[in-house]
Amino acid sequence: MKFRLLSFLFAAVTMLLSTNAFAAAPIKIGALFAVTGPAAFLGEPERNTAKMIVDEINKAGGVKGRKLELVSYDTAGDATKAVQLATKLIKDDKVVAIIGPSTTGETMAVIPVVEKEQVPLISCSAGSKITDPVKKWVFKTAQNDALAVGRIFEYLQKHKQTNVAILTVSDGFGASGREQLKSQASKFGIKIVSDDTYGPKDTDMTAQLTKIRGSNAQAIICWGTNPGPAVVAKNARQLGIKTPLFMSHGVSSKKFIDLAGDAAEGVKLPSGKVLVCDLLPKTDSQKKSLVSFVKDYQNHYKAEGDHFGGHAWDAVMLLKNAIERGADTPSSIRDQLEKTKNFCGIGGTFTYSAQDHAGLGKDAFVLVEIKNRDWVIVK
Amino acid sequence: MKRELLKFAAFTLLILLLPLLFNGGYLMNVLVFVGINTMLAIALNLLLGYAGQISLGHAGFFGLGAYLSGVLTATYDWNPWQAMPVAAIVVGCMAFLIGFPILKLKGHYLAMATLGLGIIIYIVFNETIDLTGGPSGLSGIPSLEAGGIVFDSDVKNYYLIWGVTLAVVLFSINLANSRVGRALRAVHDSEVAAQVVGVNARLLKVQVFALSAVISSLAGSLYAHTMTFISPASFGFNFSVELLTMVVIGGLGSVYGSFLGAALLTLLPEFLRAAQDYDIIIYGGLLVVMVMFMPGGLVRGIPELFRKVFKSRGGADHA
Amino acid sequence: MFFIPTQTPTLTLMVREFLFQKRDKMLFDQILQYTLSGLSTGAIYALIGIGFSIIYNATGIINFAQGEFVMLGGLLTLTCLDLLKLPIWAAIPCAVAVSTLAGLLFERLAIRPLRQPTPINLVIITIGGSILIRGLAMLIWGKDTHAIPSFSGDEPIAIGGATILPQHLWILAITVVIIAINKFYFYHTISGKAMRACAYNRRAAGLVGIDVRRMVLFSFMISSAMGAVAGIIVAPLTMIAYDVGVMLGLKGFCAAIIGGMSSGIATVVGGLLLGVLESLGAGLISSGYKDAIAFIILLLILFIRPQGLFGKADSERV
Repeated sequence: MKFRLLSFLFAAVTMLLSTNAFAAAPIKIGALFAVTGPAAFLGEPERNTAKMIVDEINKAGGVKGRKLELVSYDTAGDATKAVQLATKLIKDDKVVAIIGPSTTGETMAVIPVVEKEQVPLISCSAGSKITDPVKKWVFKTAQNDALAVGRIFEYLQKHKQTNVAILTVSDGFGASGREQLKSQASKFGIKIVSDDTYGPKDTDMTAQLTKIRGSNAQAIICWGTNPGPAVVAKNARQLGIKTPLFMSHGVSSKKFIDLAGDAAEGVKLPSGKVLVCDLLPKTDSQKKSLVSFVKDYQNHYKAEGDHFGGHAWDAVMLLKNAIERGADTPSSIRDQLEKTKNFCGIGGTFTYSAQDHAGLGKDAFVLVEIKNRDWVIVK
Repeated sequence: MKRELLKFAAFTLLILLLPLLFNGGYLMNVLVFVGINTMLAIALNLLLGYAGQISLGHAGFFGLGAYLSGVLTATYDWNPWQAMPVAAIVVGCMAFLIGFPILKLKGHYLAMATLGLGIIIYIVFNETIDLTGGPSGLSGIPSLEAGGIVFDSDVKNYYLIWGVTLAVVLFSINLANSRVGRALRAVHDSEVAAQVVGVNARLLKVQVFALSAVISSLAGSLYAHTMTFISPASFGFNFSVELLTMVVIGGLGSVYGSFLGAALLTLLPEFLRAAQDYDIIIYGGLLVVMVMFMPGGLVRGIPELFRKVFKSRGGADHA
Repeated sequence: MFFIPTQTPTLTLMVREFLFQKRDKMLFDQILQYTLSGLSTGAIYALIGIGFSIIYNATGIINFAQGEFVMLGGLLTLTCLDLLKLPIWAAIPCAVAVSTLAGLLFERLAIRPLRQPTPINLVIITIGGSILIRGLAMLIWGKDTHAIPSFSGDEPIAIGGATILPQHLWILAITVVIIAINKFYFYHTISGKAMRACAYNRRAAGLVGIDVRRMVLFSFMISSAMGAVAGIIVAPLTMIAYDVGVMLGLKGFCAAIIGGMSSGIATVVGGLLLGVLESLGAGLISSGYKDAIAFIILLLILFIRPQGLFGKADSERV
């Protein structure tokens, strides 16, 4: 509370002192996050982070003398709402760019709107098909699920565990992951011996795991977001399954360990570096931003700054940099975004181009393992 | 009947003039949805309000119309104007066939059976990924075109959707005041008595069920072509409950009640946006309060409220 | 049929025989596992289904909010354990008591004051009530999923080629106890018999001096208590969140329908059957359509035999 008051006073004083601030109108940035609903674990940290970083930028004087104004709406994870609110942001609030949405389904729904209205969109969701094929006005900050799948497959190929069983959740995230798992398998010499799904609200996956136990799978990849994978881990332990269990980056948070308890031991998953930022070598180019992000988030919201909040951090910072390079209209912002080179963000190092609006490379993910209820980087 | 037509004319005028008030802002987008929801609410009202049969699965027919038309046009390049009627006919036949066993049930059992049906349809949308795109949804659905005009903006969609909705309203009013309408009300009051006077109650119920499904399917197809993107999440149990709420809050057996209910429930989230996390409580509370204190719905409750207020005024004078 | 080449040495025959046996055994183990998992899920459906039946039999109401009491039981136990730091054997009765209170409030505030108790109004008000309860739970406990510890550890127990957890045994044991208590209450206590009388014929029950309105209240309280217990014993396995009640409630209702709305053994069998069929279906046919299985069974029963597998239309239902 005190921190807020102090920052407000500081902002007020700064405003009074800088005569420019009176004259220049704020730059309006729209945001669509799934703060409530099934994707709240994505939307809430994203919105919190966006607010936090916009406040910080404004505190430091704004961008080129102008303040940023964040207009944020809650889509509740509903694609229809996302489309409606995107229209509202563009028509009513007249924003110059939109950050979000939080899920791939919502993003795909919003894309036709921003393409038509010619407003840049920086999505915080993981689906590879958001930027593949490239769309003129659509960018993303979350790592492609294609990259995550590649990470896991690379490891499996190296360790000759090529018969794989996949267990994916039947929602947008899981479906997208499943698509990637199936399409990339042959590239790494992986054979998918079992392909099962579970519902987002399912509480017992012993049936699917029993089937997998009876197959010749050498590794199990579970693609979903909490709480499903935690149930899968617990069920696997119950059934005495010794086959190595891999998860997706959807559970790269302490919550998964809390829910799964002892069953989480030995589980490996691809994660953004933010989860293990303390363990990174000093030479890692992202370490500085990561550590400061985690610390800031902890100060602001008394919670762990995580992988998902990072997507929003990257989006706001990318916009800030684009505006700093002289852009302030939707089309100029779009052009400047495309020129982003080597931006060390939370999700990775971003370099956009006309052909690549996802901007990240393989280094965006590290493979981590859960040991003693904490994360360890897998070499 | 003349009075009914006058009311309808007034309503049409209101609908035609609304866009001028709002001048193409965001609210136009919301009003398009009010139109679609009104169509759906009227469809459900035919079944629930007139014939007295509960359905908790109507989102399923809505979804079938959307997906059938969507898939035919997006994946198989059909002309939307052909896909929509085909979808409606398919859904109508499905509803007709399944209506026979389902409408043998009554009250809570019927509610649960339609609930189950709706959920099964939703699961099929989610699982047939190759056809429907699954949970990630189906995109690239073409907009409607007619006589050189492409319906791809809110204002144009508003007039298209409301054109159809007004036609549905007129149709329902006609139906309610016809022999069929009277037969429906008779079945609602007492199925046995209706049969005694020669109404084929069983066939009639199934026919209304099918009709209701066809209108819902039409609304679904129009929805698909206006949104150009659909996903299973919009067609689940929650939406069926929302539809039921619209009909009940608006007033059972009243076409304008359905409009009121649809308008209220579509606009409410816009006003509740400020109270973001509390909106689910307000929604549930509204349901409970409305059923307890205004079981006839808004369309009857509000005039009654006025009457009570004026009556008490008169009473106070005497004292 | 088997093609046995005449030149094949007996070794190949033996190997083939062994492989065939092994595959059979594996399938058998799998089916055993599916069945055991299904039984424990089925027990939960049974408990919830009995809750539905009790209310339905005493009042004619289908309480769509039944699933929410399951959720409340689990979340309240979590609060008792974490916030109030009570030991588990104290937390459970506490949670059940508060859930029963919630059931009482629900009946008093939402059901009793209803002026026109038509089926439509009742359906809507119980749906509205369930949305309200869910909303309040979301505000109090947040949208996160929470875990509570198992009653006696997580070491798997092997039965044949299948494994279960101690918690599964707790679930089955507690379900049996509850059924026994149920049976005792309804057949050997005055108030239980009074409730059965209401189910037979409300007017006649009223005429012999039974306070029907109080029986309605009791039925809600008992059902919410049972729902809460179901939620608590299954929570260590499935974790709890504010919205677990929806699907559980629906499946519990399916169990009740299969059992013909009886509050006794028939619904238990219905629940167990549902759980096992669901589990077998998910494992052997398709995991994506698992939920659809429950509802397809529901539709089939409603179409073909609406009085349930064991019910006789219009006779004793308790």
